[in-house]
Amino acid sequence: MRKLIITALLLLSPGILLAAGAGPHLEKADIDLHDQGSLQRGAKYFVNYCMGCHSLQYMRYNRLAKDLDIDEVTLRETLLFGEAKPGDLMENAMRPEDALAWFGVAVPDLTLVTRWRSPDWVYTYLKSFYVDPTRPYGVNNVVFPAVGMPHGLSDLQGIQEPVMGHDAAGAPVVTGVRLVKQGRLSPQEYDAMVRDITAFLTYAGEPIQLERQRLGLYVLLFLGFLFIIAYLMKKEFWKDVH
Amino acid sequence: MSGDKTENLSWIDKRFPLTETWRNHVSQYYAPKNLNFWSFFGSLAILTLVIQIVTGIWLAMNYKPDATLAFASVEYIMRDVDWGWLIRYMHSTGASMFFIVIYLHMFRALLWGSYRKPRELLWIIGVIVYLAMMATAFFGYLLPWGQMSYWGAQVIVNLFAAVPVVGDDLSVWVRGDYVISDATLNRFFAFHFLLPFIIAALVFLHIVALHHVGSNNPDGIEIKEGPKGNRWSDKAPADGIPFHPYYTVKDFMGAVVFLAIFSVIMFYAPTMGGIFLEAPNFQPANPMLTPPHIAPVWYFTPFYAMLRAVPPMWNSQFPGVVVMFGAILILFVLPWLDRSPVKSMRYKGPIFKTATAIFVVSFIALAWLGMQPASDFYTLLSQIFTALYFAFFLLMPIYSSLDKTKPVPERVTS
Repeated sequence: MRKLIITALLLLSPGILLAAGAGPHLEKADIDLHDQGSLQRGAKYFVNYCMGCHSLQYMRYNRLAKDLDIDEVTLRETLLFGEAKPGDLMENAMRPEDALAWFGVAVPDLTLVTRWRSPDWVYTYLKSFYVDPTRPYGVNNVVFPAVGMPHGLSDLQGIQEPVMGHDAAGAPVVTGVRLVKQGRLSPQEYDAMVRDITAFLTYAGEPIQLERQRLGLYVLLFLGFLFIIAYLMKKEFWKDVH
Repeated sequence: MSGDKTENLSWIDKRFPLTETWRNHVSQYYAPKNLNFWSFFGSLAILTLVIQIVTGIWLAMNYKPDATLAFASVEYIMRDVDWGWLIRYMHSTGASMFFIVIYLHMFRALLWGSYRKPRELLWIIGVIVYLAMMATAFFGYLLPWGQMSYWGAQVIVNLFAAVPVVGDDLSVWVRGDYVISDATLNRFFAFHFLLPFIIAALVFLHIVALHHVGSNNPDGIEIKEGPKGNRWSDKAPADGIPFHPYYTVKDFMGAVVFLAIFSVIMFYAPTMGGIFLEAPNFQPANPMLTPPHIAPVWYFTPFYAMLRAVPPMWNSQFPGVVVMFGAILILFVLPWLDRSPVKSMRYKGPIFKTATAIFVVSFIALAWLGMQPASDFYTLLSQIFTALYFAFFLLMPIYSSLDKTKPVPERVTS
């Protein structure tokens, strides 16, 4: 019987490996959710550069402040704009009909973007804009071809040109980007900034995740302890069964 | 004090058979003493059902079955409801764990021949429970109102449209609309809330049937037909031990291990890499945007692979639908397909063992294939494994009677 199960598992394993690879190559975001500084900077960048268009409609300002150790004064000064109150959801002011008129699509909410894409996708996406005069805003993206979004961080990153290659069928495709004119940040500084934004969005996708992992340890310790008792009890009761 | 207790109990016993029921079904229900690892999954299935019902009721306290509010209400539970995230992850992890437990429980029945006489009805009630679970899971998966909820339901309900003549009307009747919509969400929520209680009632019947015929064991020997008399009773089977305390303490131990595995998933990998919670479901349902690849949750994928394996005939998907439902319905006749003189896999011959191994591999392979985007090669593989899945059942009357079995001992082995 055991052999049967092991055979079944072995037959299954290449499938699990195969399922992993597909789509354009993504860079590792390499974020650290324990790094409060990174999350705080990410929140600041997000509110300043992204939130003009993108909302975080399931995230509350005061939850963010509590989780990221931001006091109320700093919250009000750096993150709250206009009418927003600390208990509000981070909904933006751009109306869907404006977005449709300006970008051709509704601007997606980003609360869960790292959960349905992935942190690596967001990180790579923000680094993969390149000049493409055929697009309405003059830019395109390697991991999201024909994206409607302009490059909101281009004055920081600079200008990138596409690196061309060929796909399996021999048709030309954009395989990467090359920086041709540096912006206000060095490539290292820009990577760090994008990493902070990715880290913040990964936090926002599931604010409880660190607490979940911390709590899990105690639950498992308790169950481990309970198992010892359960095992000894079973052994004691079963002593006389032969 | 003890006098009061006895008096109270006898007051109840005169009006309700409390002591008698406890004895007949727990403290003097004699289970075979040789039950092994595989016997844990029955009690674990009840534990999981209880977890699902309790967490489900608490989720329903904050969930909104409304197409404009459903998705946000799930995120509200995940973020703003105290411990809501834990209850939600318990429920989403519990759904997959329930199917893992039930698949192992059914596999155990296959190993021990627990579907054979006199347990045919016990098995059939179990298959009905499995069907009810699949329906519950299907209705429940729509509720988060994510992209996969929406499009998965769209694909499955469209299967009804493949039924000849009445198909289109039937699918509209199921949805309550021409597409999956608020009307569909409302009725699916109602059914998702109702069905678990029907499952609980069916589980009750399952246990009534079990206790009437007695528990099977890894040897597939009827202990009731063996010698009588053990330490507790002269009339009880010699190889039986009281369910309580022996199996209550043993199952408790199993439950602790199960909860530990459950917790590792729930606290450290609640999405299970996109298998328990599919990534596209973190995007709200969008009727205007079909995802590039629609796959049901893993516990449905073997049947989904079979559906896709059958090419359309006479311009209709109906043959595929028949094959898919046939794969489940064939379980009902399993008790009459097995002609082997022995029950347990232990004493069955090499042909039956090989057939079972091929069946298990086919089922797992189909589960994997059902998650993959369709391609010619995968469709071919699905067709082969679908054929093998059905061959296991349809050829069983032949190979099970040809097989060279081993002699079955008189008494259970430990």
